[in-house]
Amino acid sequence: MYRYDAIDQRLVDERAAQFREQVRRRMAGELSDLEFKPLRLMNGLYLQLHAYMLRIAVPYGTLSSKQLRALAAIGRKYDKDYGHFTTRQNLQFNWIKLEDAPDILDDLAAVEMHAIQTSGNCVRNVTADQYAGVAAGEIEDPRIYAEIIRQWSSLHPEFSFLPRKFKIAITATSPDRAAVKTHDIGLFMKRNDKGEIGFQVFAGGGQGRTPMMAQLVRDFVPKAELLAYIESVIRVYNLMGRRDNIHKARIKILVHALGIDKFRELVEADFAATRDSGSPMPAAEIARVAAYFMPPAYERIETPVRAFEAARFEDRDFARWVTHNVVAHKQPGYAIAVISLKPTGGIPGDATSDQMDRIADFADRYSIGELRVTHEQNLVLPNVKQADLHALWRELGKEGLATPNLGLITDIIACPGLDYCALANARSIPIAQRIQEKFADPDRQAMIGELKIKISGCINACGHHHVGHIGILGVDKQGEEFYQITLGGSADENATVGKILGKGFPAEQVPDAIEKLVDTYLGLRADGELFLDTYRRVGIEPFKERVYAAG
Amino acid sequence: MTAKIFNANDILSGRVVYLGADGNWSERIADAAIVQSAEDEARLQAIADEAFSARRVVDVYAIDVAIEDGHTRPVIYRERIRAEGPSIRLDLGKQSANS
Repeated sequence: MYRYDAIDQRLVDERAAQFREQVRRRMAGELSDLEFKPLRLMNGLYLQLHAYMLRIAVPYGTLSSKQLRALAAIGRKYDKDYGHFTTRQNLQFNWIKLEDAPDILDDLAAVEMHAIQTSGNCVRNVTADQYAGVAAGEIEDPRIYAEIIRQWSSLHPEFSFLPRKFKIAITATSPDRAAVKTHDIGLFMKRNDKGEIGFQVFAGGGQGRTPMMAQLVRDFVPKAELLAYIESVIRVYNLMGRRDNIHKARIKILVHALGIDKFRELVEADFAATRDSGSPMPAAEIARVAAYFMPPAYERIETPVRAFEAARFEDRDFARWVTHNVVAHKQPGYAIAVISLKPTGGIPGDATSDQMDRIADFADRYSIGELRVTHEQNLVLPNVKQADLHALWRELGKEGLATPNLGLITDIIACPGLDYCALANARSIPIAQRIQEKFADPDRQAMIGELKIKISGCINACGHHHVGHIGILGVDKQGEEFYQITLGGSADENATVGKILGKGFPAEQVPDAIEKLVDTYLGLRADGELFLDTYRRVGIEPFKERVYAAG
Repeated sequence: MTAKIFNANDILSGRVVYLGADGNWSERIADAAIVQSAEDEARLQAIADEAFSARRVVDVYAIDVAIEDGHTRPVIYRERIRAEGPSIRLDLGKQSANS
């Protein structure tokens, strides 16, 4: 994985020192709230319902075991022994004191981490396929380009005060696991007719109160011109995006207002004028960064791996975990193991400091010291020998980390909601917990098959409810929490915004409503169909009739 | 008028604090001064504004409360969560014995 060079380290160290001085001025009463707020936000420090919250960037979701241990230590020393992994592959601490923030940034800098640009109207943490570099069928490791974009966008002088926040995602495989089309810029790596590798560039995606899917701007941008082309996209947005209304300031609104053809014309005109003077991406620089993402020295392993196959045959619970939580690796004899942070009745995305330490130990012992954070709020050990899977699974079980539910109905995305978030209208986490409890039976979950439930506690949609197969949106209805259900959303390369089912439900009725939706699907599904397939075939009406039927 | 109290976040700790009759800020909602009249509200609003200007607290606002069995309880759910802690982690926040 990428390691800081002297320039990276100096930048992060200096920024931490600068913020320490600004915090000192604030604590001494020298800075007003108005003066201090943009400074703390540009360093990832929010003020939430109960305390300050620090959002720490995990670039494209890749972490070393050393970094995870540092996060565990910060949770133990400065927070309340836990952290929350987010839908931008980041980590949040919820109980931070202002006076501790500078020390935390120093601790992060010591392990090549920071909280820069995890807030504010700038380019945020670039997200990527969580299986980048190890996925079977991948064109190239997209993290090479995510890292180049990270460096290019960090403190970028032209793009530090955009109309609104700006999110970029990248993937190099199909299916898309990075929700690329829900981003301001979405990048799909592809080969052109000549076999050259480049990028299909989409723009104008986003969720929030006006969900839109990104539209194709250019079908192929060569590697060498990627940064220059992205600069043109963001420059057009920076110059023309609305700044008068925060709810209409994202690039999606501009793309929609202009129409994709006009937007493309403007981008292409800027690109034609600036491509030679824009940020170059020479092959030597790509090679320099790519060297950090070279595959590790994998062992040559004869397959099938007998011990692994025997364990699957003999241990039904292990076999179930393998079925749901283990993903094919590009290297024979290896596997990608996903650690679910969605135990029944748990808090989606939360991990205790002790769990983080243990997971870091597992990463060292079983996965060459590397981990990934998924935007679906789980953790990944990307390089596990198949022969080690059974031992890993047993160890995970001792820590409560072997829940076999990846992609199933209990693997729910939930934002922090009204339990933590100052913007939320309703709680998300208890809704997720009640649904998990209703569908706790693993056999029933497996029988239902892939079904992605995503819950947001407000229209800002941090819980991605618009693109849930079943989406749940918390709203405030005259001081009471109410929940609106959507159906048929999807975040993959065929990304779709879900449709509203009908009138909302009070919290206690949501699990029953979800069960009726599931029962409707089970009654209608044809052979081999998943929930989304059945929904797309039969439409919303049968679901609506069942859920709102009298009695 | 509906009973009200003033709350804010302490600048240093970020914790929710309540304005008492003595003009001090307390982490205990039981210490909050109950606003029962427009005169009370104006007086406490002035104290709260002064604390904000003096950079001791941020996000100052008044919330509706009900007095139930002698206990001050916010009317709106959001403010109850601020006053107590996360509903899914009873070991955290003001509801926790370790708070």
